[in-house]
Amino acid sequence: MSEIKKDIHYTENHEWLEQQDDGSWRVGITDHAQAQLGELVFAELPEEGAEVGQGEAVAVVESVKAASDIYAPVSGEVSAINTDLEDSPDLVNTDCYGDGWLFAMTIADDSELEDLLDAEAYAEILDE
Amino acid sequence: MTEALKTPMYGAHIAAGAQMTEFAGWCLPARYQGVMQEHHAVRTAAGMFDVSHMRIVDITGAEAAAFLRRLLANNIDKISAPGKALYSCMLDESAGILDDLIVYWLEKDYYRLVVNAATAAKDLRWMNQQSQHFDEAKLQISERIELSLIALQGPEAEQQLLQKLPNLGAQIRQLKPFAVWRDDQYCIARTGYTGEDGFEIMLSDSAAPAFWQALQDQGVTPCGLGARDTLRLEAGMSLYGQDMDESVTPLQCGLGWTVAWEPQDRDFVGRKVLSAQREQGVDVKVVGLVLDQRNVLRSGYKVFDAQNNRVGVLTSGTFSPTISKPIGMARVNKDVGTQVLVEIRDKKIAARMVKPVFVRQGKIQPGVLEAD
Repeated sequence: MSEIKKDIHYTENHEWLEQQDDGSWRVGITDHAQAQLGELVFAELPEEGAEVGQGEAVAVVESVKAASDIYAPVSGEVSAINTDLEDSPDLVNTDCYGDGWLFAMTIADDSELEDLLDAEAYAEILDE
Repeated sequence: MTEALKTPMYGAHIAAGAQMTEFAGWCLPARYQGVMQEHHAVRTAAGMFDVSHMRIVDITGAEAAAFLRRLLANNIDKISAPGKALYSCMLDESAGILDDLIVYWLEKDYYRLVVNAATAAKDLRWMNQQSQHFDEAKLQISERIELSLIALQGPEAEQQLLQKLPNLGAQIRQLKPFAVWRDDQYCIARTGYTGEDGFEIMLSDSAAPAFWQALQDQGVTPCGLGARDTLRLEAGMSLYGQDMDESVTPLQCGLGWTVAWEPQDRDFVGRKVLSAQREQGVDVKVVGLVLDQRNVLRSGYKVFDAQNNRVGVLTSGTFSPTISKPIGMARVNKDVGTQVLVEIRDKKIAARMVKPVFVRQGKIQPGVLEAD
């Protein structure tokens, strides 16, 4: 059974979004997604400062057998990327909600958060 | 949709936590714990693959040898005595590759082929069609669907097999690469698809699950299709349907070495077209590509030269677990230089051209890790 972290936002594409102490929002993929992909060997991340639109493909994570697009959960600006993934993309597998985060962003329009799922709603998707 | 076929080891795969996938109509393990771990187990210890989906076809009778001399682009007469194996392509009349296979010479008038699962039905139709030119009383083509096939691979494969079959110690130790031995229970060949020492063991479906379980209990790592692909690609072995198919001849996909031109009067299927192509010359070659940065190469990625001309395509690609770099096999124009670019999404990334053999017997080949 895959782990679903409480009190953070989710998308139907198996991304998560969580606010940091500095006000920015980190984006990653869920435990379910990392398990489906298998060990990641490469993560192509967006440029810092890039403007991204909600639902836009902004990153790619790849295992040996599959590549998966990562979509921006909301619109905003990329404020940081997880450079640790350059050498250790498997951090996404070992700690997908923590050290395996992909990038951080600011949010242009808070109302877009309403489009996202909470943990309970995401769990229902996985049960389907 | 028909339901995917299950091998006798299906229950063992599920019990071991395999993630299953459908391949050529079969439900097979993609991975157990992880591709990397399985890959390294085969390079450094021993792993095993359930390849029972591959089709075993016995060719028997007084005209079996003559039939195979006609059917295959390689020449079974290269095998000097029963108990040896040969790798060959099977061509159509236009020299396109219908399949690649291994032929084992088991005894006089008795050969065994192992062909790909995805092409098995087509192969059988073709063989039966070609057999029309032979005396049916002297040539039998029989599918051995009641047999399972387990590949035990890695530097500790021999030790593991000796532990499982202590009574066959002498036979196993004496088995040279590409040799085959059998009794009424086992047919054991020193062949494989990983670039490591190892065995392919054919045994009855009823005996296979216990055999598999015993090896697993001995510490052999069960491996899925994911690791099978990274291992064969590192070893520079072609995969049917990706690196070759009916649209190319052996000369166009790096398999010219498997074509037996001598004796000149051996009229194998496709020879006429292939000979003409050989005389005209072939304008493509197969090369290995390595990227010196993190990424993953994939089949279908386009290859460009330094002047941005499209010069070829990746036929296979992966991230090499042994080298920790992206590697691939590409079909490129014959005269292209050694510095090329691979288009990955919207970027063109520099690639180094190397011989399409990256790792053999656990060793990274010269020039692969860094430029000479």
